[in-house]
Amino acid sequence: MMQTERLMVTTPSDREIAMSRTFDAPRNLVYDAYTKPELLKRWLGVFGGWSFAVCEVDLKVGGKYRFVWRKDGHEMGMGGIYREIVKHERLVSTEKFDDPWYEGEAVSTTLFEEKTGKTTLTIMVRYDSKEIRDAVLQSPMETGVAASFDVLAELLAKSA
Amino acid sequence: MQPHGYQQPGPDRLDATFAALADPTRRAILARLATGEASVTELAEPFAMSQPAISKHLKVLERAGLISRGRDAQRRPRRLEARPLAEVNQWLENYRRYWEQSFQQLDAVLEDLKTQGKQKSARRKRRNES
Repeated sequence: MMQTERLMVTTPSDREIAMSRTFDAPRNLVYDAYTKPELLKRWLGVFGGWSFAVCEVDLKVGGKYRFVWRKDGHEMGMGGIYREIVKHERLVSTEKFDDPWYEGEAVSTTLFEEKTGKTTLTIMVRYDSKEIRDAVLQSPMETGVAASFDVLAELLAKSA
Repeated sequence: MQPHGYQQPGPDRLDATFAALADPTRRAILARLATGEASVTELAEPFAMSQPAISKHLKVLERAGLISRGRDAQRRPRRLEARPLAEVNQWLENYRRYWEQSFQQLDAVLEDLKTQGKQKSARRKRRNES
């Protein structure tokens, strides 16, 4: 029986969002699944009717990646450049959406840490400023919206 | 990255809702209104705040579309509007769900890779033994 691990979302600094999740697999496999198009296409964002239309990865420093998802005639595209690659350990890349809802380019750092056969994947995204970071996440952790999430659920139940 | 979740309500609307929800007094007002409509005086009661201060909070909530005014011209009771709350809830949910669903699929991919790896090493072992 496969147990679903918890997804942690934090804000390590005022320009960053970090997400972390543990997987029951050695890190070379997690790294492969994260960097090989034929594997990426099987998991990243492919649910709720969205399909992976373009998935190109040129895994070298200075190499580009390009992802496009499609659903009912809608398209969402994004891409960037790999800045740093330490195989099975660490990836640093830029990320920019075709139709961005925030200014500038974000820098994403992905860490693969293995411990007793399990791998913790951490994705840290750094934005150009706190304002942009907040626009992306609306900073629920800091504004207390996350804390009031349960309150919201309660409100919704009551007002339904 | 989180490409799907951002297609819902207009970002301006969400900004106003999030800003309105960022204050504990305003959340408390909403919680009170969830139990039924109330006048400004009634809403001010539980808080150590002047009516003008409460009115300011109510204005923010009103602008965000989180509350509206009732018909009674004298009391002008405020009541909760559920839709923006539902939208904000949906937005936060989308962010988590995008990654949770992706990662659950990644779990399955990794299980496959592990199985393939085991089969490969078993084949190798058989070859070496024969």
